[in-house]
Amino acid sequence: MLLCMALLTALPILAVFAYIFIPSAEVWQHLVATVLTDYLLNTLYLSLGVGLGVLLLGVPLAWLCSMCEFPGRAWFEWSLLLPLAMPAYIIAYTYTGMLDFTGPVQTSLRSLTGWGYGDYWFPNIRSLAGAMLMLALVLFPYVYLLARAAFLEQSICVLEVSRTLGCNQWQSFFRVALPLARPAIITGLALALMETLADFGTVQYFGVTTFTTGIFRTWYGLGDHAAASQLAALLMSFVFILLLLEQASRRRARYYHSSSKYAQIKRIQLTGWQATGAVVFCNLTLLLGFIVPVTQLASWSLANWRTQLDSSFIILIQHSLGLAIAAAIFALLLALILGYGKRLHPGPLVSVAARLASMGYAIPGTVIAIGVLIPFAWLDTQLNHLSQTVFNTKLGLILSGSLFILLFAYNVRFLAVSLQTVEAGLGKIKPTLDNAGRSLGLSSSAVLWKLHMPLMQGSLLTAVLLVFVDVLKELPTTLILRPFNFNTLAVRTYELASDERLAEAGLPALMIVATGIIPVVLLSRSISRSRAGGSTV
Amino acid sequence: MSQLRLEQVAIRYGQTTAVHTVNLQVKQGQIACLLGPSGCGKTTLLRAIAGFEPLSQGSISLNGEVISSAQHTLATEQRKIGMVFQDYALFPHLSIADNIRFGMRKQSRKAQEQRVKELLALVNLAGYERRYPHELSGGQQQRIALARALAPKPALLLLDEPFGSQDTELRESLAREVREILKQEGITALLVTHDQHEAFAMADEIGVMQAGRLQQWGSAYELYYQPHNAFVASFIGQGRLLSGRLQAGNVLTSLGELTYAAHEDLAGATVAVLIRPEHVKLNPIATQRALITSKIFRGNEYLYSLQLNPQESLLALASSEEFYSIGEQVGVELAPRIYALVIRDAN
Repeated sequence: MLLCMALLTALPILAVFAYIFIPSAEVWQHLVATVLTDYLLNTLYLSLGVGLGVLLLGVPLAWLCSMCEFPGRAWFEWSLLLPLAMPAYIIAYTYTGMLDFTGPVQTSLRSLTGWGYGDYWFPNIRSLAGAMLMLALVLFPYVYLLARAAFLEQSICVLEVSRTLGCNQWQSFFRVALPLARPAIITGLALALMETLADFGTVQYFGVTTFTTGIFRTWYGLGDHAAASQLAALLMSFVFILLLLEQASRRRARYYHSSSKYAQIKRIQLTGWQATGAVVFCNLTLLLGFIVPVTQLASWSLANWRTQLDSSFIILIQHSLGLAIAAAIFALLLALILGYGKRLHPGPLVSVAARLASMGYAIPGTVIAIGVLIPFAWLDTQLNHLSQTVFNTKLGLILSGSLFILLFAYNVRFLAVSLQTVEAGLGKIKPTLDNAGRSLGLSSSAVLWKLHMPLMQGSLLTAVLLVFVDVLKELPTTLILRPFNFNTLAVRTYELASDERLAEAGLPALMIVATGIIPVVLLSRSISRSRAGGSTV
Repeated sequence: MSQLRLEQVAIRYGQTTAVHTVNLQVKQGQIACLLGPSGCGKTTLLRAIAGFEPLSQGSISLNGEVISSAQHTLATEQRKIGMVFQDYALFPHLSIADNIRFGMRKQSRKAQEQRVKELLALVNLAGYERRYPHELSGGQQQRIALARALAPKPALLLLDEPFGSQDTELRESLAREVREILKQEGITALLVTHDQHEAFAMADEIGVMQAGRLQQWGSAYELYYQPHNAFVASFIGQGRLLSGRLQAGNVLTSLGELTYAAHEDLAGATVAVLIRPEHVKLNPIATQRALITSKIFRGNEYLYSLQLNPQESLLALASSEEFYSIGEQVGVELAPRIYALVIRDAN
């Protein structure tokens, strides 16, 4: 049964790959001849640029916040996670609004200098470089978070021993601390790059043709499902490379634990220009990645909320919340079944099932969307055919045209999030505790209710919250799979921005960002707890 | 010539003083040890010698050069002091050979190879060059940590609880092994431990520390037979203190008059005498009686706890062939050859 469930969640991947064997010669030839090189190169450049960006931001920030002491460090340590709350497409809209010709920046530049249109050069944010910048600004926390944890976990003795062997502080960092943190940094980089490959909203808006936008265009614009699937399969292979990289460096990181002894880190006290530099660097990153865009969104919302808060907006919120809650609870139930299955009947098969089921987090939403559409559309056709012949009625698109398919797709994408949380919660309950409970006269169901439930409460709530927020932010899957005329906050934001009504997009965008802060707060709480002693994240 | 010299060293953190005015010297090629219970300041002192803690007062010099004083702390990497940590702190991302080579990067590649080979042979791990730390057992990791610290030929080697994570049974033999290695290398070393057997097995000279003060500095023999104060007496070996009064070269105790063999003449002073369990004899016909309150089987011997009077007790080792029960009154007498050990501060 577990394997069945797991296979079901792996269905979209299988569906996409199945299409490799279906020829779509004409369109494919056309794609190869025209845009494929573009997709490949843009995706490659974007990944390189974002990769470089997240490393240059994430690693130094992590080092500063974990190993050095400067004014405001404690505040930066957690606030640097805030950009995680900002979906890339929203920060893209915001900066476009601020930096385009009629935006506040260029307007004040002109009024200051007296220049007119065409008198000066101004960088265009809606470009490949702009997309790199936007994605790097919101994705660097992945690297920051993992690198920071790695620096904190390092045995302080390892750093001290390198000093007794003749390294000064900086040599110590480059020869010991950085190589030791490398697996963690690579894991963070892989996660950030997965998000980059999955990004649809930013590149679509900036007109950068990558795989995700290509898949979307081929599916809808050209109506060629086979060619779209083949593009998706190609994109998937890149994702798999990242996935392997991530898994391998996670395995490697285990060996890199050198010490069980925990010693208080003696942070390097920064003074003078070093301290000033650190404060400026942290502040600048935080300002650009979070505070400036949020301020812009808030000012747009303030200017527009009266006209926007009508009954249709209420429906919008209802849709978004309802969908997110339903998906979160659905994912929690699946995660509980898989998690307990793994605990009660451990074995290679169940492990593979759980692994398979949690692969979805790496797969771009666009790919998942077409991956579920293909089998469900086929199923709908068969069902309609059946009802036509048996009852002489048409059922319509009961699967592929309903919310069901959307919930299914969300679970494929976000099951990993809740499964990981549930497994972590279960892992903390030692099997001996179950035995103790049974020996004290509790039945197995009583063990579940009286021991597991109270102990799991926190984890379960976290699992629901994380999926809830992810679904709320999700754009491409919702955009492709939503039933006709069904809107969510994310889709509405996308539509308004695409219509160049950026100011009106402010309010729904701000709401998405506000809910996005919830998991950041959860994260920073687990960080402050982990500092007391044991391991992190 | 004195290699390491500490003069009037004090280390304070805000209000608390971790180390009070410590003076000590370690000669070239000697292995010294700081012994004391946890929290006595021994590790802080070791870290100060390594340059990880600044001094509040006094100075530390190595080969005549001041490396730490209240005004100046020479950076750790410039001290030429090697250190072995309790958890070994091997670099997990480097192979064994690269770990050992780490501190020798200014030497030629060939010299490095040579030294790595030599050290691996010395620590009995020849052929392990390409392995990684996680592939080694705890004991092997420790020997690599030692080889790594020895590689740059430091002027002084510090060892922080080097056998702390080993099984108790193994510690003494490991300490012996490490001593052999250090003696072969002819290196001056300072070790920190809370385990006296480890200290005895390894060190030429031992300093007992307590509450941030150096209580006594001497050989293991001196610490055992001539403890300067009550703390050293109770910390090293087993035994009980009997209070006594000095009188005409002898000490008057509840067990009679004992021969006085102490350092200074303190006639008339109230002192204490340390009685080791091996010097107490159980004799059924002796006039001095004591109550057996507990006994522990030690194989060929029993260790008895005896209540002499409401204030004083004794420990006695007696062959397990003799047999006394708890609650029984027995006669006790002291071995005739015994010196009375006088403790200066009888508290």
